[in-house]
Amino acid sequence: MDTKRKLEILADAAKYDASCASSGAARKDSTGSKGVGSTGGSGICHSYTPDGRCVSLLKVLMTNACLYDCHYCINRRSSNVTRARFTPEEVVKLTLDFYKRNYIEGLFLSSGIIRSADYTMELVIEVARKLREEHQFRGYIHLKTIPEASQALIALAGRYADRISINVELPSQQSLDTLAPEKNLARTEEAMGHIREKIDERHAEKRGPDTPKPAPFATGQSTQMLVGADASTDAVILGCADKLYTVHRLRRVYYSAFSPIPEPSAILPLKAPPLIREHRLYQADWLLRFYDFKVEEIASAAEPNLDLALDPKLSWALRNRERFPVDVNRAPREMLLRIPGLGVRNVERIVSARRFTRLRLADLLQLRLQLKKLMPFIITVDHHPARMGLDSDSLRARFLPPPEQIELDFEAPPKPAASDFSSVRSGEL
Amino acid sequence: MRTIVIEPDYEAWRNSARRLLAEGVPPDEVLWSEDAQEASLFTGEDPHVEPVTGNPIKVPPAFLDMARSAAAHTDTRRWGMLYRVLWRLTLGGERHLLSMATDGDVREIQNWCKAVGRDIHKMHAFVRFRLVGVNADTGREQFVAWFEPDYRIVRLSASFFRKRFAGMDWSILTNYECAHWDGMQIHFTAGVPRGSAPNQDALDDLWRTYYQNIFNPARVKISAMQSEMPKKYWKNLPEAPLIAGLIAQSAGRVKGMLETPERPAKSAPKNEYLKMLHDMNRSEPPENKKPPQP
Ligand code: SF4
Repeated sequence: MDTKRKLEILADAAKYDASCASSGAARKDSTGSKGVGSTGGSGICHSYTPDGRCVSLLKVLMTNACLYDCHYCINRRSSNVTRARFTPEEVVKLTLDFYKRNYIEGLFLSSGIIRSADYTMELVIEVARKLREEHQFRGYIHLKTIPEASQALIALAGRYADRISINVELPSQQSLDTLAPEKNLARTEEAMGHIREKIDERHAEKRGPDTPKPAPFATGQSTQMLVGADASTDAVILGCADKLYTVHRLRRVYYSAFSPIPEPSAILPLKAPPLIREHRLYQADWLLRFYDFKVEEIASAAEPNLDLALDPKLSWALRNRERFPVDVNRAPREMLLRIPGLGVRNVERIVSARRFTRLRLADLLQLRLQLKKLMPFIITVDHHPARMGLDSDSLRARFLPPPEQIELDFEAPPKPAASDFSSVRSGEL
Repeated sequence: MRTIVIEPDYEAWRNSARRLLAEGVPPDEVLWSEDAQEASLFTGEDPHVEPVTGNPIKVPPAFLDMARSAAAHTDTRRWGMLYRVLWRLTLGGERHLLSMATDGDVREIQNWCKAVGRDIHKMHAFVRFRLVGVNADTGREQFVAWFEPDYRIVRLSASFFRKRFAGMDWSILTNYECAHWDGMQIHFTAGVPRGSAPNQDALDDLWRTYYQNIFNPARVKISAMQSEMPKKYWKNLPEAPLIAGLIAQSAGRVKGMLETPERPAKSAPKNEYLKMLHDMNRSEPPENKKPPQP
């Protein structure tokens, strides 16, 4: 099999993994070396495919042969796809050739599990080792890790990689037992805990004068959770994400709408990918990380799923009307962050400008804010909305998107017609 | 009214602005022009400003960064606007001006900076190098790229390429300025027409293979793609000709998946490692099996 045919198979096999971050690496570059590559700052998207996804890294599997039987995955052992396997040299050459043409930021290498966790990890690590040691490659390397691999191999992977990751895939062991019987949440979390320790050790701010410099290690870890493959609610998914952020300090949790695959499994019937739900989860995740929201405020036990029609911040504001309107000239920063339609950047601008001037609506227009969305929630020198407006039931209706969009029902019957997919597309976000 | 004719670059503006400020010339008494002929239509005065020595004028470093990036924009009002904000920050006594994103002048400059920043970012992303040969003396591979930036950003983006591609020789050609790296230094030459750069590379085909196979036909989101990769860039991207076909085939491909008979689970093959996993899973303490509480 030639490299081109392998690339077809092993890129196709890797495309369902959305956790392909290429940012957050330590600053390094190829200055003074014979090689190429630089990292630092946010990653660059070198292209976009018509699914709207960023193409940043060469994302391939070492092999798509796999011992496991994860029913959402095209590579599971019960699937009938053509199997292929790259040699380390082939992946090294592809990475360098693509990189030198500025097609990519680096490599995201993962693999189906063959023989054993350690055997597979060794294959993946060998590629990274060659790139770093034989070719002085300083570009981004993201390696997928197997929780059951030995500590020594995980340390070695982290030494060559900028980012390492283990996918949680599903937020509860019950779901894994049904859909990914070889996977185990407790072992995944344990491995994440070990990785966190190594990251902390490597990047500790203060180190005693006698403590030797620890071996190099990746700067962060991330993961992916599938959305819509099992019955988990948004509250469970966000609760799991929150735990990963706080306990294991993950850099990013990616949410990936379960999408149809060739070779479907009898245990997991295909359905339309819940793209809007995925989008709302990303918004909610943003609120957890940058806006000081708590999971219970966004998805509670009483209402465990996000409102698909409204963004979660607006939805929270409508449920907590007594906290509004907020005076943008006086309110503390934390409260400004809770105003629908106001992002972190503009909150900073407001806080900085209001030290010198008393803000009017015209000032907010200068910031190119959407006044229509903001007005019911804010007070400025020249604007005091009536409490009535906030209390009236028509307020929610005012923010709802046009009806054809909210009619989309993602909890669709297990076997939708193909036309359902085009309606999903028309509901593009 | 004074007319100042400058080369359209940051250094030229800074030199003139420094002199005008030293003389205390208010912004509404200066007409800025990039074009000597056009400028002479408006005024017969000598545009030359005498250099004045005096106390150096202090401005916030953030303003200089802004000015450097806004200078790369093509809006002809930028020179006057930059001088006005410089004047307000110093002689005008509005030292806090840059903290006021709500100020119209500051906002305008920030918008130019944003446009220029985006253009630089897209240049870093969408330049495509083509291999043209190997230097016989040094053995270094030589690459050439063609790019069409909206603004005058070649110099602002060159250091990124130098750091990233130190180990190869490269030239980036644009219609107004070109940058070249030989492993030792970067130098700049005048712009060239598009035909001067090769428009393909032997690797493009493999890259298209990758692009095609990394696309998921079950989640087409064309507007998301186009907002990040506007059509104006497509003509220089080797993968772009595939886009229309990928979109057209996607519905059929999804239909095919939905019509494929579902496959039953397959029992585990004989394998030591799998057996160990299954044993571990069975012996896992029951509290690990509970879903996390929201
Ligand atoms: S381990 Fe599971 S998810 Fe990973 S390749 Fe194998 S079957 Fe797919």
